[in-house]
Amino acid sequence: MMFIKRIFAALIACCVSLPLFAGWGDVNMTPGVNALSREIFDLHMTIFWICVVIGALVLGFMVYLIVAFRKKEGDKPAQFDDHPVLEMTWTVLFAVILAVMAIPATFTMIRAYDDAEGDINILITGHQWKWQYEYLEDEVSFFSNLATDLDQRNNIAPKSDNYLLEVDEPLVIPTNKRIRFLITANDVIHSWWVPDFAVKQDAIPGFINTAWTQVDEEGIFRGQCTELCGQYHGYMPVVVKAVSPEDYDVWVNEKKEAKIQQALLTEKLWSTEELYEIGEGVYQTNCVACHQVNGEGLPPVFPALAGSDLVLNDKAKQIEILMEGVQGAAMQSYAEQLSEVDIAAVITYTRKAWGNDASGDGEIVIPKEILDYKNNKL
Amino acid sequence: MSAVIDSHSDDHHHGPAKGITRWLYTTNHKDIGTLYLWFSFLMLFLGGAMAMVIRAELFEPGSQIVSPEFYNQMLTNHGLIMVFGAVMPAFVGLANWIIPMQIGAPDMALPRMNNLSFWILPVAFGILISTFFMEGGGPNFGWTFYAPLSTTYAPPTVTFFIFAVHIMGASSIMGSINIITTILNMRAPGMTFMKMPLFTWTWLITAYLLIAVMPVLAGAVTMMLMDIHFGTSFFNAAGGGDPVLFQHIFWFFGHPEVYIMILPAFGIVSHIIETFSRKPIFGYTSMVYAIASIAILSFIVWAHHMFTVGMPIAGELFFMYTTMLIAIPTGVKVFNWLSTMFKGSISFETPMLFSIAFVALFTIGGLSGLMLAIAPADFQYHDTYFVVAHFHYVLVPGAIFGIIAGVYYWLPKWTGNMYDEVLGKTHFWMSFISVNITFFPMHFVGLAGMPRRIPDYALQFADFNMVISIGAFIFGLTQLLFLFVILKSIFAGKQATTEVWEGAKGLEWTVASPAPYHTFETPPEVK
Repeated sequence: MMFIKRIFAALIACCVSLPLFAGWGDVNMTPGVNALSREIFDLHMTIFWICVVIGALVLGFMVYLIVAFRKKEGDKPAQFDDHPVLEMTWTVLFAVILAVMAIPATFTMIRAYDDAEGDINILITGHQWKWQYEYLEDEVSFFSNLATDLDQRNNIAPKSDNYLLEVDEPLVIPTNKRIRFLITANDVIHSWWVPDFAVKQDAIPGFINTAWTQVDEEGIFRGQCTELCGQYHGYMPVVVKAVSPEDYDVWVNEKKEAKIQQALLTEKLWSTEELYEIGEGVYQTNCVACHQVNGEGLPPVFPALAGSDLVLNDKAKQIEILMEGVQGAAMQSYAEQLSEVDIAAVITYTRKAWGNDASGDGEIVIPKEILDYKNNKL
Repeated sequence: MSAVIDSHSDDHHHGPAKGITRWLYTTNHKDIGTLYLWFSFLMLFLGGAMAMVIRAELFEPGSQIVSPEFYNQMLTNHGLIMVFGAVMPAFVGLANWIIPMQIGAPDMALPRMNNLSFWILPVAFGILISTFFMEGGGPNFGWTFYAPLSTTYAPPTVTFFIFAVHIMGASSIMGSINIITTILNMRAPGMTFMKMPLFTWTWLITAYLLIAVMPVLAGAVTMMLMDIHFGTSFFNAAGGGDPVLFQHIFWFFGHPEVYIMILPAFGIVSHIIETFSRKPIFGYTSMVYAIASIAILSFIVWAHHMFTVGMPIAGELFFMYTTMLIAIPTGVKVFNWLSTMFKGSISFETPMLFSIAFVALFTIGGLSGLMLAIAPADFQYHDTYFVVAHFHYVLVPGAIFGIIAGVYYWLPKWTGNMYDEVLGKTHFWMSFISVNITFFPMHFVGLAGMPRRIPDYALQFADFNMVISIGAFIFGLTQLLFLFVILKSIFAGKQATTEVWEGAKGLEWTVASPAPYHTFETPPEVK
């Protein structure tokens, strides 16, 4: 009953709210927050109204035809079948209308294609299914994962306001600075879109595309991946946080400090429990999409980890897979994405969880081993 | 020519073979047309069922009935089946039935190849659908199957998908060779090109488009096959290849393909509007030239599907301008249809209702297409539900309404019985209302920022998605009524006259209803 009520409410809401336009933002493009996005919005509205007028005239004329020329007793339909002057006239008219649209569109296009250097240049790399941000000047780099948990997605917990549009670590940019994005991908094609910036650029492996923005106001701006990139395409949002230049500097310094702290952690003595606990968190964020919560995977594309011979008995090979990825498969290299501690922890977790502890050699991996692997490669 | 016709006149009354062999071995254009039409109807329901799964999953935010992986399989196969299984075979079926009768030919020019081009289709779709029961599941990379998602990262069943696409392509190529040969060689004496009925004209041009682009599609899938199994790197950047090359090749096929799915509908609608307005079609010559220009332009607009891949600005502007040009011939056609109705004497039987809805809703789809052509604005529209709304407006109330209108229009000629007009009109109104409830709100969620091809969405899109899903369920159920109307007309109904419709013009309306198994064994004279 509740259900039917909701359906009914939705239908009524639709019919009533359409003419009232309760929220213009719910039915129209956002004007966005910078000069380019506002210019594109204005262009959109211009074309939109031209199309509405043409559409209204055509549909209105159709209604007139339907009413005025419906068949009546004994009427004689006209038999003309062309009118060259009229036909030429409307052909030219169409061309003129199109030219009116094409001219402003051309100028906007030229402005959107400005690829001069930015004050800040950020390399954005699309991965299945997360974004990596590297600040080229400041040498800060991190991954941005979906933060909405599975309980919300599975309708167990109530959905938060920013359901599917929230990440663990947003891209941070300063206001009033020219930001240039260099966009590429690591595996399949993705597309990086923030509607408020009017930036949508495909992230293509082997290519580096550019886009730019300059934001006048502080705020949090949300977007999504817009190119089908595999099963979790719908779960890789983009979140950008624009802060004042001062706050931005503070943030960059914090990130640099954290990087140093992270390096020190590899030297620390770790207990199995500590690693297991960290590993479980890392696994939830990075691995469950393919290998599933229960470690059973989705064979044959995503192999099981629970009971896998490799996970049970071949520690060295497992480290290698985490560090190098698997050629020709969805498994990517995590050497850049995760810290030494996280990699050691997540391997430890997979070797201990789901009963693997009992059936395998049960050895753990400590961060030092990951560091050694990296150093040996150099 | 005359020798062939003479030898046939001896067994003038021989009818179809009995039982299943009639359909397996048939070389009769009417039988093969019927097979194509029933096959496409089956595919319409299969692809439609997949759409229902998609809409059920999107009914509310959160995971509903299927996994994201299966959702991707659904959206991929919904697209593939509707394009290659429903719309294209339906048009080929109509062509088989109607073109020989419109041009006064006894049959298609290559009847045995006609049989083959139909019977490999069920094989192709059998292969495609069988992948659902294999390890790894069916194709899940979208009907546009962009590499490397469809190569390196595809499920192992992609090889079956490639094979199926090859067979579909072969079927289309054979079908179009047959249609071209028939039209060029077998027109009745006196039927010059500029006297040809418009449905025949649109199909002649469509068939050339098919022959031009189907091999390109075959090339694209062959390169995928090589990348997957033979170590080449056409689309693999790591090996020196180019993932964007795939998109260029695909859309060089894909854009003419879009017109392949709409041009024959233009022809059908032209006939119907002319018949039910009781007035000759306005601007026949400009109609033919408009269709030809749309076909030629379709080869130089493909990259408007790729405005966000990072083309140089010269490319963006070129494809924006050429795409906008398409609005001219399309606008000419719409105005010609309206002028045909002007000062006519219009009645509103079901085919006419569907045709008027076609013109109105296709205009909406055309205008949103014009908006999408504006490259900088497309940065915001691209790959959102606005695009989904646009192409469904031109394909569902466009191509599919055109097909439905054609079926109602010619059904009495096929079955010999009038369909049930009340049920037909009910079918129309239910379809017309629900198709708009389904696809119109997609414009809104698209502009508001909902990307396409996602199995779950943010909360601000929830209300409209529920409305869309309800509309889709109504539209889906309504098509069962269409099936019922057709079955009813096969088994019962008022006897149709030879002319069927007051004001119908053309040779197909000079043969008895139902059309005899063999027609025009002696060519008619066209003045």
